[in-house]
This record gives sequence, C-alpha cells and structure tokens, in this order.
Amino acid sequence: MNAVITVLGKDTVGILAKVSGECAEVGVNIIEVTQSVLQGMFAMIMFVDITGCTVPFSQLVDSLTETGEKMGVKIHVMHEDIFNAMHKI
Amino acid sequence: MINSHDILETINMIDNENLDVRTITMGISLLDCIDDNIDKACQKLYDKICRYAGNLVKTGEDISKEIGIPIIHKRIAVTPIAMLAAACPTNNPVKFAKALDKAADTIGVNFVGGYSALVHKGFAPGDYALIDSIPEALASTEKVCSSVNIGSTKAGINMDAVEMMGKVIRRSAELTADKDCIGAAKLVVFCNAPEDNPFMAGAFHGAGEPDSVINVGVSGPGVVRAALAKAGDCNITEVADIVKKTAFKITRTGQLVAKEASRRLGVPFGIVDLSLAPTPAIGDSVAYILEEMGLEQCGAHGTTACLALLNDAVKKGGVMASSHVGGLSGAFIPVTEDAGMIEAARSKALTLTKLEAMTAVCSVGLDMIAIPGDTTAEIISGIIADEAAIGMVNSKTTAVRLIPAIGKSAGEELNFGGLLGNGPIMDVNRKSPARFISRGGRIPAPMQSLKN
Repeated sequence: MNAVITVLGKDTVGILAKVSGECAEVGVNIIEVTQSVLQGMFAMIMFVDITGCTVPFSQLVDSLTETGEKMGVKIHVMHEDIFNAMHKI
Repeated sequence: MINSHDILETINMIDNENLDVRTITMGISLLDCIDDNIDKACQKLYDKICRYAGNLVKTGEDISKEIGIPIIHKRIAVTPIAMLAAACPTNNPVKFAKALDKAADTIGVNFVGGYSALVHKGFAPGDYALIDSIPEALASTEKVCSSVNIGSTKAGINMDAVEMMGKVIRRSAELTADKDCIGAAKLVVFCNAPEDNPFMAGAFHGAGEPDSVINVGVSGPGVVRAALAKAGDCNITEVADIVKKTAFKITRTGQLVAKEASRRLGVPFGIVDLSLAPTPAIGDSVAYILEEMGLEQCGAHGTTACLALLNDAVKKGGVMASSHVGGLSGAFIPVTEDAGMIEAARSKALTLTKLEAMTAVCSVGLDMIAIPGDTTAEIISGIIADEAAIGMVNSKTTAVRLIPAIGKSAGEELNFGGLLGNGPIMDVNRKSPARFISRGGRIPAPMQSLKN
C-alpha cells in the first residue's frame, strides 16, 4: 500500500532529512523521491510504502502535517488511491 | 507510477480551488419503525438511526484524512416521515421531527432530511398532518430538513398541494422570523423529486431504496472555473471538453469516497450525485464559471445557454467516472449560497424571471432565493406552480426553496451564515394568481410524444 508525501514551500536546510527521518521512525519505506527548487520554492514528492507503518495512517498524516507547519512548509500525506482514481482510467 | 504533474494538480485543486466532496449521506429506511404508538415509533426511529449511522461521522473524517480531500458534510436521509405519521393519525407528527433532531445530535451529523411527503397525485393518510406540521417542525428543530413532492411528469401537478405549500412556506418563515426566517431555508417543494438525492434540504430515502445506502454528492465549481481560466480564449466546443474532463476528475474522487465509505460502514453504495454545488466562499461559485465562459455578469443574455452547456458537460464527464449516478446531478444555482449569484442579484443583473429560465436547463430549480416579506401565499404558490410545470414538461427535477423575509422588503438582505450564505431580497411580480391557485385539482400529466 503506497502513499504520496508532498512538501511545498520555501527551501530550508534539512527538509528531506526531517521528513525521511520521521518516516523511518514509524517503518515507512521510501520508494522514490523527486525534488526541485524553482526560484527558492521547494517541491518534493516522495512515494512511500506504508504497508509496514507501525502507527495508524491518520497519525502519520497528523504528525507530518505538524512538522510541516513547524518548518514553515506545507506537507500533504495522501493515499495513492486518490491520484490513481483521478488520473487513471 | 503516478506522475508529479498529476499529483501537484490534485493538491492545487484541493488547496486553492476548493475541491471537496460535499456530502456523504446515509439513506436509512424507517419502514420497520412504523408503530401506531408514536412514542414507540420515535424510539425505534432514534435507535435505528444511531445503530446504523453511529460511525458515519468518524468514518467520513478518517477517509478525508487518509486520501487528503475534505469531506464537508455527513448527513442522514430517511423514509418520508408522512409514511410513519400515517400509522398514528391522532398525534402531531412534530414528535418525529424532534426524534430525528435528537438522533442527528447524538451521531453528530449536521442535517437529517426526510420530514417529507410525496403527494404528486394526491394525499394519503399522514400527508395532510405532516404538511400542516412542517412550519412548527422546522421552527422547533435545528437539523431537520423537509421536502414535499407536489408534481411529476407521470402524475401531473397536485394543485391542492401547491396551494398548501405557499402557505406552509410563509408560515415556516414567520415562525422563524427572529432567525432570518431560516425555517423556509430548510424546506424544498419538488416536482419529480429523486429518491436518492444526497443534498439537503431535499434529501429523503425513497420507498424503492434498500434498507440503508451510501450516497455521495461531489462539488467543485472552483476547479471547473480555474480550468476554463487556464484555457483562455478557446472556442465553445473546447470549453465543453474542458468541463467534461474536469467533471470526470471531480467525480472520480466522489466515487472513491463512496466506495470506501460503503466498505468501511458495511452499507451498500447507492449513487454519486454529479453536482457542481457552490458555497459562498470566493472562488467556489457556479456563476463565476458562467462568467468565465464570457458573460460580463451572471444573468446577462446568454446565461441560460452557458448554463445548459455546463449542466450537460458535467453529466457527460461524470457519468463515466462513477459506476452509479443519480440524485440531482448537474449544476446548482442556489442564489444565497453562491458568491457570484449574490453579486449578480445585488446589482440586479440577475432577476427572478431570468432564474426561472435558468432552471429549465440546470439541475434543480429556484433555490435559496429571498423574497419580500409581504409576498402573499398565493404568489408563492404561483411561483411553485410555474417551476413545477417546467419540471413536469421537461421530465426533470425542479424545486422551489424560497425564503419570505418577514418584515423586510426588496433590496434588503438576509444572512443565514455558514453554507446557507446571505443575499439580497429579490422582488417578485405582484399581480395576483389567487383565482388560479384557489381552483385546486390536478394539472394533467403532459404528453410524452409530439415534443415541440
């Protein structure tokens, strides 16, 4: 079961480390990361496997959303189903 | 693998264009709660709703968090209460409304629909009592919504019911005059009412429905407008294609939510209602879509054509995205709930007569329109009859949700707050239809061939 974590906002030191650190703590495996910095705006998209997640998915959503708020970036954690539903027939 | 562009597009729709799933509505049959002792019936009704829908709100919140899309409302629709009232003819049906309100409070939903009667061909036991009690029921409860079906393409229009509903709407407003006449905002008069509509105030659980069912109403006018804005000056064929593609994406989220809610609650999936439902939030307006198509303001000549295109393209795009489509499905035009409509009504670009024409091609009808407080019951009945005639002849659902603003006149404003919004009081034609309305009887069902 996969989820997509996106981080959008102003580029700051350690965003990737922080998010991936939190994932590792709860057994979420990172499959792929793409990131770009355009005019100081940071956009990272991370595909993760949540099959082995040790906490309920909603708790992971809350904790990463909170991390984002602390770092001044917007973090979305969404189940891949919504993207598959919307963009694949 | 999902591509980055698609991911960012979805997030942008949610963050900046007000994409949401408007409502998960659980339909619950109350036919097994019928009892000739009204207190017993109310207890059975309360227990059944709490048993079936106890987890509805939490399930909705969990799904919302996991897939990352807001789900605004969780609601209940029940069997038309007139069917329960029929078994206890000597009691005031308001007791049922209070039991529904209490159940809604217990399970945490924000509206429960179904304080309803279906009288398109005539009155059955329970119908008179229920219709009579609607003003009191709406004034003495917070979350109960009421609807009455007074006509259909197959049955014609019950003019006795039309006459009654003019009075009931006025009385509902009068009894809640101290709360901006909100009683009338919770009451819909239908022609061709769908039995599986998840949207309030007109939701009820039809007699042909299963014991319980999950229906989902989508939304997303902001997303459609943004997609058209991005396309710039393309021709109208391309406009229709853009609306279809966007409606497809919006509906897929509704289908996903419906399937998931159905699985988690162990309740069959009914339908997705493909509706563009506006809210008063800036950018979440159906009027703005019409203006994006090229109208200076909603209400201008050309509005009906733009709305017809929009309504049809939404259906075409949405139908393939969902396994079962139903409810009202189309574009809503509730005046006080749509920022663009409110502005157009204030500037008088949008009038009641233009709205009536628009209802011939939109998904519902004259919705959330404040009218002067001194409008007579006969005039309200006249408006209902006109609107029902449009629905009857065109084989479509039409509805009337008018709010007589007691003590106020045209140009002043009503403010309901929240999603019901606010808006200017629109003037009505003062010539009297009283003699026509007082005739009673039934307008015969229309021809279904020789269509012109």
